[in-house]
Amino acid sequence: MAERKIRVLVGKPGLDGHDRGAKVVAAALRDAGMEVIYTGLHQTPDQIVQAAIQEDVDVVALSILSGAHMTLFPKVVKLLREAGAGHVLVTGGGIIPTEDMEKLRALGVGRLFGPGTSTSEAVEYIRGWFAENRGNEED
Amino acid sequence: MGDTNPKKDAGQLEAEISRLKSELDRLRRERAAWLGKYESTPKREALFETISGVQLAPLYTPLDIGVQDSGYTEKLGFPGEYPFTRGPYTTMYRTRLWTMRQFSGFGTAEQTNERYKYLLDHGQTGLSVAFDFPTLMGYDSDDPRSEGEVGVCGVAISSLADMETLFDGIPLSDVSVSMTINGPALMLYCFLLATAEKQGVDLRELRGTIQNDILKEFMAQHAWIYPPEPALKIITDIFEWSSARAPKFNTISISGYHIREAGATALQELAYTLKNGFTYVEKGIERGLDVDDFAPRLSFFWDVHNEFFEEIAKFRAARRIWARHLREKYGATNPESWRLRTHAQTAGVSLMAQQPENNIARVAYQGLAAVLGGTQSLHTNALDETLALPTEKAVRIALRTQQILAYETGVANVIDPLAGSYYVEWLTDRMEEDAEEIFAEIDSMGGVVHGIEEGYFQQQIALSAERFQREVEADKRTIVGVNDFTGGNEEMDIDTLKIGPEVERKQRTRLADLRARRDAGEVERTLERLGAAAQGEENLMEPVLAAVRAYATLGEIRHTLERVYGRFREPVFF
Repeated sequence: MAERKIRVLVGKPGLDGHDRGAKVVAAALRDAGMEVIYTGLHQTPDQIVQAAIQEDVDVVALSILSGAHMTLFPKVVKLLREAGAGHVLVTGGGIIPTEDMEKLRALGVGRLFGPGTSTSEAVEYIRGWFAENRGNEED
Repeated sequence: MGDTNPKKDAGQLEAEISRLKSELDRLRRERAAWLGKYESTPKREALFETISGVQLAPLYTPLDIGVQDSGYTEKLGFPGEYPFTRGPYTTMYRTRLWTMRQFSGFGTAEQTNERYKYLLDHGQTGLSVAFDFPTLMGYDSDDPRSEGEVGVCGVAISSLADMETLFDGIPLSDVSVSMTINGPALMLYCFLLATAEKQGVDLRELRGTIQNDILKEFMAQHAWIYPPEPALKIITDIFEWSSARAPKFNTISISGYHIREAGATALQELAYTLKNGFTYVEKGIERGLDVDDFAPRLSFFWDVHNEFFEEIAKFRAARRIWARHLREKYGATNPESWRLRTHAQTAGVSLMAQQPENNIARVAYQGLAAVLGGTQSLHTNALDETLALPTEKAVRIALRTQQILAYETGVANVIDPLAGSYYVEWLTDRMEEDAEEIFAEIDSMGGVVHGIEEGYFQQQIALSAERFQREVEADKRTIVGVNDFTGGNEEMDIDTLKIGPEVERKQRTRLADLRARRDAGEVERTLERLGAAAQGEENLMEPVLAAVRAYATLGEIRHTLERVYGRFREPVFF
């Protein structure tokens, strides 16, 4: 049986216009064989969660370089849970200090990646998570 | 260059020509022989090409710049003279060093006002305002969309009252202010003008710059509000009003910086930015303005990245291309219209989070390239900017880096010191030729606005970013501390600046106070009047100034115009 493709929503929440990283990561995940949906810029957490549910994704990957990560990550996690999609992995990257990464982790956010990360590291992390958490599901 | 001594007779000239010919033959022969030796020697495994993908020869000689026709007067000329390749001003840094202008802003207007005074006390010579994301997008600090972002990436300015606080005790008559603001440039420019008025400054003498370059926002930086056509109409309004009322103010800073940071190569940055500049010129001419009335107030802003010589060539090529197009194509006759003046900033995207102290070295080399390229002002990045907004100490080191460059290295002593370098001249010519090809390609797709709507620029920039990342991940390009020389990556003990949630609370309170204390009737009347002006073809500057003086907020003005113009929707792809 063919393995199901991992579905990832790459999102840019908030007013941050820096999309270089989001687009590079989206392309790398696609090249690694994942199904990738990119939201475009300036999305509210509501819009991101709606798109995630509509597209039935396994992973929501947020890119935040605006310093608003402590507001935006918890909101997306909360809204996903409220919508009954608490099983979706919320991960991401940007300019996020290590101590904030730890705080977000405690709130249920997955691994976060900082500047200088190789895209293959992100690919491996998502594959690993999927194998562990969703790998036994059938399409 | 021919010798024009009239006393020379024909025989002497013939002898000279034959000497030059044999010199040329010898050069060709010897270069071929040298190349043979070069080819047979083993080389290092490395990419000998620029980040733009230009293949580099191992050596440049007079043959590469055309020894028969060096074209000195046509291609280089003299500093301050057409085509300005050697610099926009006659005496360059011998008269005045570049302006050391550090981009700065965070938290509330009070906090940033304090930082400005600190920078001015330490020898900075101009100010450059960094706004927070809500301000950049035209939202008030108390808008729901601003939540979590107030004062975080820059200073929060929602009204004239905030702007007055920002420049409290800083005389706008003496200190020139540059503001990185685009989508809502009209509103923030009017906040600044009204603040200057209140300080008693004659607007005819006011110096400063607004970035006001919406085309590159659509391409790369993404702080837009309205669709391209109304956005360009507003920019033309600003040109028109300012040429009469604030003639010393730079009404636009046509920026390659953000295009580059988003992933473009130096060549793409050069070509897209100049093409945007030509588009603004065409809009002004379409409005019926005389090109020589507004072109002298157009200024530029380049990124300065790691590829040292390519950066220098970019600055030189840009000046020559701009001068040629303005004179030949747009019919400008005032030399001020031909003269490309520029600000430069070291490449934020080249800073690394790994061993952040190494960033001091990167910034120093980039700053050197900007100065060798002949920049008029410079921002040097702080070493910690890849982690957070910079601390006072990091900002001081960045400023000191410029001061070392200016006062210790001697690079400001001789004008355009790399002119005549076979490599630099060849690269300058090459960048000009390649940029012309890109201009033709953009023309063939129907111009810049069409390219933006189709997502052409956005796509090209993203492709360059991906290519670079792939090359790094395949170890074709080395980044110190990232894919090589990683010893020491574990130590990370630098302090970073943190912005707390109290900034947002303070701003909300300030705005609530302002809304309670201003004359609500006057705000309503001026906003209504503005909405009516936007419905017609009227210049919006005076109606916006009236609303600003009544303390209408940024968000209120934004929404008034949005009801008429609508909002830009980006073409989404990756």
